[in-house]
Amino acid sequence: MTPPPAEAATLGAAPLPAAAPPREETPLRRFVADFAESRVALGAFACFVAIVLAALFAPWIAPQNPYDLAQLDIMDGRMPPGTVGGAGFTYLLGTDDQGRDMFSGILYGLRISLAVGAGSAFIAFCVGTALGLIAAYFGGRTDTIIMRVVDLQLSFPSILVALMILAFLGKGILNVVIAIVVVEWAYYARTVRGTALVERRREYIEAATCLALSHSRIVFRHLLPNCMPPLIVIGTMQIARAIALEATLSFLGLGVPVTEPSLGLLIANGYEYMLSGRYWISFYPGIALLVTIVVINLVGDQLRDVLNPRLRR
Amino acid sequence: MVATLEVRSLRTHFFTKAGVLKAVDDVSFSIGEGRVLGLVGESGSGKTVTGFSILGLVDPPGRVVGGEILFKGRDLTGLSEEEWRQLRGRDIAMIFQDPMMTLNPVLRIDTQMIETVLAHERVSEQAARARAREALVQVGIPSPDERLKAYPHQFSGGMRQRVAIAIALLHRPALIIADEPTTALDVTIQGQILYEVQKLCRDTGTSLIWITHDLSVVAGLADEICVMYAGRIVEKGPVDAVLDAPLHPYTAGLIGSVPSRNVRGKRLAQIPGMTPSLLSLPPGCAFRSRCPRADDACLAEPEMTSPRPGREIRCFHPHLVDLVA
Amino acid sequence: MTVYLIRRLMQSALVVLAMTVILFLGVYAIGDPVEILISPDADQIERERAIAALGLDKPLWLQYVTFLQNAMRGDLGRSFVFNEPALKLILQKMPATLELAFAATIFAVLIGLPLGLWAGLRPDALSSRVIMAGSILGFSLPTFWVGLMLIMVFAVQLGWLPSTGRGPTAEFLGVQWSFLTLQGLRHLVLPAFNLSLFKISLVIRLTRAGVRETVLMDYVKFARAKGLSPRRVIFVHVLKNIMIPVLTVTALEFGSTIAFSVVTESIFAWPGMGKLIIDSIYVLDRPVIVAYLMIIVFMFIVLNFAVDVMYSALDPRVRLQDQRG
Repeated sequence: MTPPPAEAATLGAAPLPAAAPPREETPLRRFVADFAESRVALGAFACFVAIVLAALFAPWIAPQNPYDLAQLDIMDGRMPPGTVGGAGFTYLLGTDDQGRDMFSGILYGLRISLAVGAGSAFIAFCVGTALGLIAAYFGGRTDTIIMRVVDLQLSFPSILVALMILAFLGKGILNVVIAIVVVEWAYYARTVRGTALVERRREYIEAATCLALSHSRIVFRHLLPNCMPPLIVIGTMQIARAIALEATLSFLGLGVPVTEPSLGLLIANGYEYMLSGRYWISFYPGIALLVTIVVINLVGDQLRDVLNPRLRR
Repeated sequence: MVATLEVRSLRTHFFTKAGVLKAVDDVSFSIGEGRVLGLVGESGSGKTVTGFSILGLVDPPGRVVGGEILFKGRDLTGLSEEEWRQLRGRDIAMIFQDPMMTLNPVLRIDTQMIETVLAHERVSEQAARARAREALVQVGIPSPDERLKAYPHQFSGGMRQRVAIAIALLHRPALIIADEPTTALDVTIQGQILYEVQKLCRDTGTSLIWITHDLSVVAGLADEICVMYAGRIVEKGPVDAVLDAPLHPYTAGLIGSVPSRNVRGKRLAQIPGMTPSLLSLPPGCAFRSRCPRADDACLAEPEMTSPRPGREIRCFHPHLVDLVA
Repeated sequence: MTVYLIRRLMQSALVVLAMTVILFLGVYAIGDPVEILISPDADQIERERAIAALGLDKPLWLQYVTFLQNAMRGDLGRSFVFNEPALKLILQKMPATLELAFAATIFAVLIGLPLGLWAGLRPDALSSRVIMAGSILGFSLPTFWVGLMLIMVFAVQLGWLPSTGRGPTAEFLGVQWSFLTLQGLRHLVLPAFNLSLFKISLVIRLTRAGVRETVLMDYVKFARAKGLSPRRVIFVHVLKNIMIPVLTVTALEFGSTIAFSVVTESIFAWPGMGKLIIDSIYVLDRPVIVAYLMIIVFMFIVLNFAVDVMYSALDPRVRLQDQRG
């Protein structure tokens, strides 16, 4: 019983298939491919891009500038969606009590909500990441002190912290941003410290230290880029959280001023009309807020699954 | 006389994303009443999965895909969930490897023992408690009343395993499957447990399958031995005969690598190479790549043959030469 | 355990102290204490008198000491609007908020636990995916918007439940509670559900993660091998193991729930502490704001401490670890 000649030559080993040149798989390509595995996340991302674009181009897309008093006709106030107004164009989503077109209002409101949300999240990112990196890199007492503060802060609910700050500082966009930054920096700090502590022990940091590079160079050019994955995940979720927090604060009347309403304030304005059936004044801004937050969270969820090293398939 | 357990051509496969893993591939053996079978193999040889298959505890993505499991003449492969439930713990019991993970850490010992009794018999709680207490005495646990009220982490490793054995014996099953029960214990405790299990089984007439990777354990305990490799049985026979004169090169390698068999000062004998991944088994005999006697004939899959009465092996080149009359 | 408790007590006391410092600095150093503590309608003479009475002309550390002393005596300032001690005002409103928070917590466990259990036991079923998607919505959606929607649907459109306010109350232990009356319950349902939404999502995710982890454990397999019914395996072995972390988190979140009731109370015009603080912020009734923050921070820390104690009482492993250590 002799095996065929071809197999005899490969005793104990499986023959190699004819190799096709593999498509160049950079980490970025693989990341995109992994991310796109979830169609829900992909759809959410597309939605998010659409929202950002709509907000950016609001002045050009919106049929009306709701803050230009000259364009408003108070007689058109409280019209249900679909009514054709005095100026001749359709109020797609109805009007509020001042005759402002809801659709335009939402677009402009989106701008504020996104700007404040993303802006605060970004500042919190910078502050939190810096502190977390410092804590991890220098260790010892610096680490203990910073982490105690982080733990303390994280044990308090975000709304309480925000309320405290606004109670002391008063209302206004700047104070809202400060409040959100104070609430959020701790999450970044804790996450980055955890990752950085692990990375710090790796050889490339040792190598950089041997080269007598300055501390800031090591931390920012070597340590930071390797700590990015969990930060990206957290960052995404924090933007959603910041937007939600700003909306809540504005709704409560503690946030942005009336002249530049965010979605939260729009919803607050329409609150009193809810009970009399004029739901659209609160409802549509609410949907816009909702969709924005959910979409960001979905993207963040998928990012977390993709970037989680423990789930490496 | 009907064997307590007869396994015929059992196949259990795992259907994973990476491919089909043939954890148990054509395994056959049988055990008589009161006999002890040693199922020996390295980790990954399929011995634990064999044990689970007999109790129907193979979880997805794995399942039994072929063969028969005859328990006292009754084929278990078609059982409904409820029939399985009645069988487990009552007619066939299992002892796992790590007693710390086997006993639920947040439940008391008496809870875990009484529930086992009540799962199969309608008795009062007092009666169940009395049985539990008696079982603890049987396995040699002192102050059983206090011990019943304790939690698993308050016991030492050896004690916990005794509790597990006590639980296995509660319904006087006809068959106990012990999956490496002494591997996680100290050597001294190991000896004690081995002795006690052997005695208990002799006294109660319980058949025992002892799954292990340790040949020395099997030597003193089992009547028959099955050696498994890569999901298949490669050698079967009475334990003394197999250990004194192994026919399969793998068995010979295993015996040769036991430290006590080696000469002091010389390098320990080892089987070269590593166990193949079950996902990418080479064609033919699975041991081929590590076998000193392999040749082209081994590219075909060997079947079980019986070169001597009472002995079976799966090999084209058995060590018949070493069988001196 | 006592050593552990004392240590935690000291830690909590330190945190309380730290918080008083922060609040004090917030009011007296960052904010303008004159603005914050003295009514804006006061004229110059009253102002000067108030400044002297409040000791605002003294050095900062002395003011802090006075602040602390007053706080210990229960004097946290006087409301501008109601001209009553701030503490009294807040304590009056506390039962309403506690009622809401408790109801929300009960909802969270009653709804979240079964759903999470289901999603954990059948992770690939469509219903489970729906539940998990729902949980993402649950913690993404801003509470205030959900509240609005609830009012719109259940109160305005369907007219099943009242839209605002607290129902009639009955007395129990010297305090007025609304859940003791039927109408009161009807008023409680929507706001409690609104407040609980975030926690429900949390409980679902926690429970599901716990179940998926526990189901893989050896002791679950062992329980099945003993022949226990699936119901017992799930509801005793699995559930008891996941209950501890779930309950701990739920208890910890209770403080958070009280804080977030601010939003719910505003929407549903529920006369609790939360509504009081928002109204106070509107009218700049600063003493009340300061008093509220002090009280809630204090409650929070006490709550965390209580949960720690409870946790060590519940988990037998922690309890005994401390006894040994």
